[in-house]
Amino acid sequence: MIPDSKASTVSEPSAFVRFFAGLVAPLFSFITVLGEHFMLLFRAFAWLFRRPFRLRLFVEQMDYIGVGSLPIVLLVGAFSGMVSALQAILALQQFDQTRFVGMAVGLSLSEEIAPVFAGLMIAARAGSGMATELGSMRITEQIDALTTFAVNPIQYLLTPRIVAAILMLPVMTMAFDITGLAGAYLVSIVGYNLDIGQVLGLFSFWVDPRHFYKGFIKAAVFGLVLALAACYQGFNVRGGAKEVGLATTRAVVSGSVGILIVDYFLIDLLAVLMPSLD
Amino acid sequence: MGNPTQPSALDAPSTRDEKWQIKIRGLHKTFGPQHVLRGIDLDIERGHTNIIIGGSGQGKSVLMKHLMGLLKPDSGHIYVDGEDIVPLGELQMGRVQRKFGMVFQYAALFDSMTVMENIAFPLVERYRLSRSEIETRVWELLRKLDLGEVPGVDKKFPAQMSGGQRKRIGLARALIDRPEILLYDEPTTGLDPISTKNVDDMIRQTADEFGVTSVVISHDMASAFRIGDRVAMLYDGIIAANGTPDEVRKTSHPVLREFLETSGVVRPGEGTSSP
Repeated sequence: MIPDSKASTVSEPSAFVRFFAGLVAPLFSFITVLGEHFMLLFRAFAWLFRRPFRLRLFVEQMDYIGVGSLPIVLLVGAFSGMVSALQAILALQQFDQTRFVGMAVGLSLSEEIAPVFAGLMIAARAGSGMATELGSMRITEQIDALTTFAVNPIQYLLTPRIVAAILMLPVMTMAFDITGLAGAYLVSIVGYNLDIGQVLGLFSFWVDPRHFYKGFIKAAVFGLVLALAACYQGFNVRGGAKEVGLATTRAVVSGSVGILIVDYFLIDLLAVLMPSLD
Repeated sequence: MGNPTQPSALDAPSTRDEKWQIKIRGLHKTFGPQHVLRGIDLDIERGHTNIIIGGSGQGKSVLMKHLMGLLKPDSGHIYVDGEDIVPLGELQMGRVQRKFGMVFQYAALFDSMTVMENIAFPLVERYRLSRSEIETRVWELLRKLDLGEVPGVDKKFPAQMSGGQRKRIGLARALIDRPEILLYDEPTTGLDPISTKNVDDMIRQTADEFGVTSVVISHDMASAFRIGDRVAMLYDGIIAANGTPDEVRKTSHPVLREFLETSGVVRPGEGTSSP
């Protein structure tokens, strides 16, 4: 039994301390979760170089993330190109400079719209699928079952997903670029009857292949971000079906927000690394 | 409570013992404020069916996961054939895990794989066998476990099978690499009395036919006393009683006594001398 006198010596934390703790706790929690993401990433890559190498699993994931996402990426790509061209034409008409539409769409599509939109589309489609599948495997003990067969679940489940996303996002971005430019062509040349020579001439003068490479580099990083978010959320599910649903939502939200945050820093970084383009 | 079979502090668990295949010493595990295992001392007899029983939330599954290396204890030791598996790293643990097969509560079959792929999984992962060799071994097991007659069973997915069939497929997957030790996690949970008896028979037949050491985690007292060669009762984080079914029936521990009487394993007031 604790004497009453002792109880009185334990003072309540002051309002300031409680306020400060309230501010610091979410920050501490954020840093912890971020650290766990990096630890998971490190382990996933460490297992990439250890035997056995299960090529089949990588191909399956590339098929799921890439081929499976292709229709939606092509569709969104075409409409993004069309919308961009339409907006650019409407703006440029004010100054009678519609011939610059190819350049405007080409620059925005290659560096920004294609990698970001493709990333967001795949975070929603494949990222949610990954989180749900991994979460279901966790709650039905399938991940524990892998371990009992001396199969490392990170190597078996996470490494192929992360690597496949890194490899397939640039390919999806390329597909987005192609249909986006085709959409822009349709709107500006076929729809608005702009001069094909002027539009394509300015496009090829201003848009360098390296603009597209820049987009592919960004896309690879976005692939890493969305796959890591999905794998982290799915792999760490505890509980039941409700928690799997919540993990899926968190995977899509954190993957999408992560892409936009990383995008900002990549623009800065690539401007330093590839200055000749700016 | 006196117990002649309780592990002695003087024995040498780090040497291979012909009678006891697994020796657990002073196992503690805490999850946050919850002290689940409070010093488990238990021996698992080689080639016999060992049952670990206890109420819900007593830490049975936690104990089972420690045996498989899925969890690491806060302190204590687990000796498998004389080798302490607690300090082993991930890669070394893989070598020990090959001695084990585990049958999960709800089978834990890989739902993206067919029945054939599920059962063949340990062989595909561990060895370079030809497809026909793998298929032969899978079919051999399917027939032994009365699944061979199910039309197109090998090409079916787990979702297309009944609960009892899934349990047997889980058992086939655990048995395919001929493990020395077979762990069952709550094998009869959620089954009707007839299915429960079938699963009990399956566990006994498997132990007899394959000569494996079986460890069954269960809260089904009647089932445990029907199939067990040895029964250990987990209560409040420790092994409160341990021995043959007849010995454990005589426990004088008041809570365990109530457990036994409520489940109908012993009649109220039946002999209470220490096991």
